[in-house]
Amino acid sequence: MIAYVLRRLMQSVLVMLAVALIAFSMFRFIGDPVNSMLPENASVEDRQVLREQLGLDQPVTTQFAKFVTGAVQGEFGVSYRNKRAVSEMIAERLPATLELVLAAAVFALLLGVPMGIYAALHPKGFLANTLNVASLIGISVPTFVTGILLILIFSVWLNWLPSFGRGQTVDIGWWSTGFLTVSGLKSLILPAVMLGLFQVTLIMRLVRAEMMEVLRSDFVRFARARGLSNRAVHFGHALGNTLMPVITIVGLQLGSMIAFAIITETVFQWPGMGLLFIQAVSFADIPVMSAYLVLVALVFVAINMIVDLLYFAIDPRLSVRA
Amino acid sequence: MTLTTRLKTGIAVGALTALLAGAAGANTLRMADSSDIAAMDPHSMTESNTIGFLNHVYEGLVRYNQDLEVEPALATSWEFVEPTRLRFSLREGVTFHNGNPFTADDVVASLERAAHESSPVKSNIPSMASVEKVDDLTVDLILTGPDPIVLNYLTNIHILDREWMEENDALLPADMRGGRENYAVANSNGTGPFILESRQPDASTVLTVNEDWWDEPQHNLTRIEFSPIGSDATRIAALLSGELDFIMPAPLQDIDRINRSDGAKAIIAPALRTIMLGMNQTEKLHNSNLTDANPLQDRRVREALWRAIDMELIRKKIMRDMSRNSALLVAPPVPGYDAALDVLPPADAEKAKALLAEAGYGDGFEVGLDCPNSRYVNDEEICQAITSMWSRIGVKANLSSQTPSKHFEKVLGGGSDVYMVGWATLPMLDTYSVLSALLHTPGERMGAWNPGRYSNAELDALTAKVAVELDTDKRTAMMTEALKIARDDVAIIPLHQQPLAWAVRDGVNIPAAADNKPRLWYATID
Repeated sequence: MIAYVLRRLMQSVLVMLAVALIAFSMFRFIGDPVNSMLPENASVEDRQVLREQLGLDQPVTTQFAKFVTGAVQGEFGVSYRNKRAVSEMIAERLPATLELVLAAAVFALLLGVPMGIYAALHPKGFLANTLNVASLIGISVPTFVTGILLILIFSVWLNWLPSFGRGQTVDIGWWSTGFLTVSGLKSLILPAVMLGLFQVTLIMRLVRAEMMEVLRSDFVRFARARGLSNRAVHFGHALGNTLMPVITIVGLQLGSMIAFAIITETVFQWPGMGLLFIQAVSFADIPVMSAYLVLVALVFVAINMIVDLLYFAIDPRLSVRA
Repeated sequence: MTLTTRLKTGIAVGALTALLAGAAGANTLRMADSSDIAAMDPHSMTESNTIGFLNHVYEGLVRYNQDLEVEPALATSWEFVEPTRLRFSLREGVTFHNGNPFTADDVVASLERAAHESSPVKSNIPSMASVEKVDDLTVDLILTGPDPIVLNYLTNIHILDREWMEENDALLPADMRGGRENYAVANSNGTGPFILESRQPDASTVLTVNEDWWDEPQHNLTRIEFSPIGSDATRIAALLSGELDFIMPAPLQDIDRINRSDGAKAIIAPALRTIMLGMNQTEKLHNSNLTDANPLQDRRVREALWRAIDMELIRKKIMRDMSRNSALLVAPPVPGYDAALDVLPPADAEKAKALLAEAGYGDGFEVGLDCPNSRYVNDEEICQAITSMWSRIGVKANLSSQTPSKHFEKVLGGGSDVYMVGWATLPMLDTYSVLSALLHTPGERMGAWNPGRYSNAELDALTAKVAVELDTDKRTAMMTEALKIARDDVAIIPLHQQPLAWAVRDGVNIPAAADNKPRLWYATID
């Protein structure tokens, strides 16, 4: 068991290093940050001096080594644009993104699971077919279009919900939360719906397919043969078996929701990490971009690793091979 | 506000927005810009939107008024006691937001900070040699040589409180090499008409009115709530839904929609920034079928390219009648501009073809055209239009549109044949800016934005004279002459001055400013 965990940890470190290296070699293609850091009337000499001071004239490998040395100490440098410590800026934005993703995930589960169950139990029903068609639309419409439509309807026409920002937040230690104020909760609705909509359709289709599969299996037939009520069969036996793969997928989707929050955050000016990243790209703010990419990679690696370890705990066959 | 919002949901939208504005406080101005303020430290960056915002918190010795003329601010008067010694009398009785009195020590510390070797804004005060305190309310600025536009530069150099900087270890601007933060980046203590109340990066920055401001307030604001909103659609939606009172910029394609809506209107005015096409004048083109010669070295070819561009069409179709076509490299408010020279003949493809044939390129040629895709108003669309206009005279432009940081990296690296660049002449607000940065032969701190290496001995000589001429009339005449030489030689192809486009809710009055920096100390809410 320990050997397996260690091996898994080693692999994760390698993946992180690979991601960081790829990210780093890409920065050469996003432009020269020096041009946006100095005034337009700065001389060519001034630009060269600053470039040398920032170490941008060094080969990529040297810059990368410097970055990794700093990163393992939790030190990501100072933002070129904001002149603040990057680790602090990310810590400041992290709560906003995580709360948004959490709200979107809860929204997706609360809506997606019942819809999926209904569609599985009444596969020929009118409502189930409607849900199916609607979910196709949900999957195919680009999320930023959904976001702008939501703003148009609920902010401009109906004037019910704010179109941007996070509303008022309350600080609990270093964590700033929007869950405790009315304006914070109202601000959360539209972005969470936009980010969660794709997940709703995904979960609904997944639950429907899984549940129909389970309903055809032998143990459900035996349960019916025992004379159990529909309710007991559907929710006592079938649903439990359906949800196992669903939970795995939702767990993995959390990582991609953190990454995809970029679009939602841009549309709603949600002050999270994705927005920070997008602004860093347009300024070629290398310290911010590299820290963000490494963090997202870390989230993915961590989730994958947890899932793997859970499988290891659940499935005895894995320990035999190990 | 939440309760009131709920109560009013049934009412028509127009009425509702009006009521909401009332609920938010009659004299609160809620504004949004497309990007956030980079930092509160005025000596840590040179982004013009940030400087424009910080002008409300910090002040310089002098400032630009609504007509972009230099007027006294923290200094009441000044005189050259020697050609290189400029003496300022400072305003008495001014206090910083923390209550400290404003004195000569603050000016000395601030100017030394801005001009420090590690300061990113040091090229915004290039002629400063040192600064000396004469007495508590008198300061001498010693220059490296005569500088006729030193006051223009000083409009942009904000004064900080020396004691406050000492207490917080912020006597130097943020130093990127040390990788350490500076207290002044997130905090502020100026003398300006508004005081920083709170700041959450990317979310909101709140200013409240400074009751002890030295100047007679012409505004009636009590509070400014600034939010950055990067998405154009969201920014406009927030204005139309009544969540904002003032947005900048308003995208040109949405101006009609804003003006048609109830309760909001656009503010359109000509801006300073002139959009132009620079050209590679070295021996070889980078992206062409010609390898032995560079046709752009021939004046006739440059003129042909200029004549082939139908600016009238671009103004009507792409800029929606809101730009101002220009035959000169500076806008009308910039000293040196001369309306008599600013005559753009109509586009003439036949004449352009004839010029090309005369130069020996009757069959046309290929040339690279580089454009940013989000730096200037409709930049990419303009370049696409130019590409097709040039194809009519046989010149095939290989268009490459990239993000601004990529674009300027390529352009300044000298890898471009024809490239778009915009020049507002800020912070100098003077033709000398164009002469020294864009037209002068590169080298020795000149021609930093002349990667095409255009070189004209006559212009270089004039530029050197303009740099030190203290007689305003003579100097302006020289700059006008230089602009004429540049025009006649087609050193750079001028296109137009792009408009500034803001939008406000009805009842909000903000004077337009050609430098695209709103001056909210002149703003009123009815």
